[in-house]
Amino acid sequence: MIKMEAICKSYRVAKRNAGFREACRSLLNRKYETIKALDHVSFTIEDGEMVGYIGPNGAGKSSTIKILSGILTPDEGKCLVNGRTPWKDRINHVREIGVVFGQRTQLWWDVPIIDSYQLLKDIYSISKETYNHNLEELTELLNLKELLKTPARQLSLGQRMRCEIAASLLHSPKLLFLDEPTIGLDAVSKLAVREFILKQNREHKTTVLLTTHDMQDIEALTRRIILIGKGRVLMDGNLEQIRQGGENIDETVAELYRAYNI
Amino acid sequence: MRAAVLLYGHYVSIHVKSMMQYKGSFLLAVTGQFLVSFNVFLGMFFMFQRFSAVGGFTYGQVILCFGIFLMEFSLAECIARGFDTFSSMVRKGEFDRVMVRPRGLVLQVLGSRFDLTRIGRMLQAVVMFAYGVKAGGICWDIPKALTVVFMLAGGTAVFFGIFLASAALCFFTLESLEIMNIFTDGAREFGKYPVGAYGKRLLQFCTFVIPYALVQHYPLLFLLGKRTEAWWMFVPLLAFWFVIPCYGFWRVGIKKYQSSGS
Amino acid sequence: MKKYLSFFRLRFSMGLSYRAAAWAGIATQFVWGGMEIAMFLAFYREEPGKFPMTIEGIISYVWLQQAFLALFAAWMLEPEVFESIKDGNIAYEMCRPMKIYPMLFARAMAMRISRAALRCLPVILFAVLLPGPYGLEAPKGAGRFALFLGAMILGVLVTVAFGTLIYAVTFFTISPEGLRLLVTSAMDFFNGAIIPLPFFPDKMKQVMEILPFAAMQNVPLRIYSGDLQGNGALRAVMLQAFWLAVLVAAGWAVMARAERKLTVQGG
Repeated sequence: MIKMEAICKSYRVAKRNAGFREACRSLLNRKYETIKALDHVSFTIEDGEMVGYIGPNGAGKSSTIKILSGILTPDEGKCLVNGRTPWKDRINHVREIGVVFGQRTQLWWDVPIIDSYQLLKDIYSISKETYNHNLEELTELLNLKELLKTPARQLSLGQRMRCEIAASLLHSPKLLFLDEPTIGLDAVSKLAVREFILKQNREHKTTVLLTTHDMQDIEALTRRIILIGKGRVLMDGNLEQIRQGGENIDETVAELYRAYNI
Repeated sequence: MRAAVLLYGHYVSIHVKSMMQYKGSFLLAVTGQFLVSFNVFLGMFFMFQRFSAVGGFTYGQVILCFGIFLMEFSLAECIARGFDTFSSMVRKGEFDRVMVRPRGLVLQVLGSRFDLTRIGRMLQAVVMFAYGVKAGGICWDIPKALTVVFMLAGGTAVFFGIFLASAALCFFTLESLEIMNIFTDGAREFGKYPVGAYGKRLLQFCTFVIPYALVQHYPLLFLLGKRTEAWWMFVPLLAFWFVIPCYGFWRVGIKKYQSSGS
Repeated sequence: MKKYLSFFRLRFSMGLSYRAAAWAGIATQFVWGGMEIAMFLAFYREEPGKFPMTIEGIISYVWLQQAFLALFAAWMLEPEVFESIKDGNIAYEMCRPMKIYPMLFARAMAMRISRAALRCLPVILFAVLLPGPYGLEAPKGAGRFALFLGAMILGVLVTVAFGTLIYAVTFFTISPEGLRLLVTSAMDFFNGAIIPLPFFPDKMKQVMEILPFAAMQNVPLRIYSGDLQGNGALRAVMLQAFWLAVLVAAGWAVMARAERKLTVQGG
């Protein structure tokens, strides 16, 4: 279970103005400003739930994911994931989560995929039985058989994403964070990835938190949606609630962004 | 501990495998490493065509000093390359991936790079060392052989500490990293002559602040018979203290990263 | 000309906006220079009679070398240019209304000058303020200073012309990376970056002084430090001009052939 209570996080960034004279001036004296990335964010996600976390760029989505995965320490607020505070007990916490950053790879570029997996087996100290069982199942479901012996650099984006997702699930995490998992994929790969995520959630009761800009992902995968903008939770409800009438979902969300002025 | 060593070995084997994919550029990089430090050697060689000694050390003795010091440096560079190139890891966001894995951060960063191309430099160091052993006019015995081993261990530790500290600096500034070149490339470059030759104040700095002299100047005096008490052979081991503050700084850096996320 | 100037301004303010980088670079160069001087002094203390330059001379040489590092450094050959020649992206540049040779020449010039402009003044200022023998001496006489400036300009031009010739040759090699490695270390060794030319044995020095590498930083720095004087200095500057002409002509010719080759292959 994920429980976030009044999480706040702000950053201090240097102001960098354009222009030659400004550049000279900033050599000696630089101004800073504070940006509130998260402003009292609270929500609860039950075990086995699948939740879409949406919002425009810079709304605070990746800060939230970073806090939940133990990378970032918030300024204020409480956060418990399966009874642990992520940033206080990093190693035990991350054993139980899987993270897919859509635009970065965790696979080794120049060696066959299976070598990356075997390294992950050692990193997570996965027992032989669990590893073999999971690998077999993932290979079957994601159709990886042909890919395992190929180096990551020779795979297409869609193939790589399938391998990427499998890599995040080898250690049977209870929780899966997906950060834009379908970005840049072709239609076939998108469908395959979506179908797999659904199955994983249904059969293993894996809790899934999904950020995306692709509203079709949301439509296909989640019942519940959390909308965040300017660091605050603006709406926490289900798809039907958002969809008033039969418009298409992209327009609905754009409408929402406009309504909240974000 | 055993598991950590095994995992590190697994990392190394993958690096070697990857490297074999690019045999041509591997050879080129090795040659490049060799040429760069060969130039440094040539500079020294021609200085000694003119002068017969520096700081009371003859050519053969200086070669011995340079050989050992360069070995210390290239060993550390080969192993701790992950810290040496840490800024790119942070920039590309790869460090987030390290944070979401249930293993020590130092071990993972160590494993993230293993640079075999450094054998170009190592090769040269070994040749110079062999020549210096012959030309240095040393009566070898077991304590002196042990001293060399201690020098290699202590020196690798000192450079490891410096790489660790400069990696930690990445958490505070990516821009001013160039300053660490003084302690890595600068030390490699100027460490060809025994520190004592540069004057008393630098010797003090390199004894008490960054203990280069403990793994270079002082044990060299013992090797050359200029100091005879047996305890001199253990001086290089004292240099291990340096790793402690560097690790402390690294921890501070991690805390900073967790609170700023960048 | 205007487009080169705006390119330069852009580079310069980019450099400025990273203020920490600028300070760090200056500090690094300063420490580096100090160490270099300490090293030469160590040799001087050992056998002053064998020292081929004056103490003030070598110290000035080292400080100016640090101050103008970016102008003459061999590693400023850009890996991106080699890369774009290797993968053929350079062909896109041919669509622009500029010849490749002057384009690459100007680009390298702007790179070097903008980098050096940011760093040279603080290093020189620090070096002048240093006490006693460790500091940079004031120039001796207007005539020599003028000659130094002329030799500086020629030196930078020769460095850039040499680099551009290497870019041109790259079109005809299979391993640009290997070529870069070889050229960089040869440049470092022969142009006096590792140790100044007067420190080499006399016979070697005589040969090295004729090579184009000696027409880079060697001449201006030694004119300033008083090591090259009178007729010797004039002859060296003339040799610089000669090499500049040869290198530009060679670079231009090789690049023209490379362009033809590219066009024939269709990029």
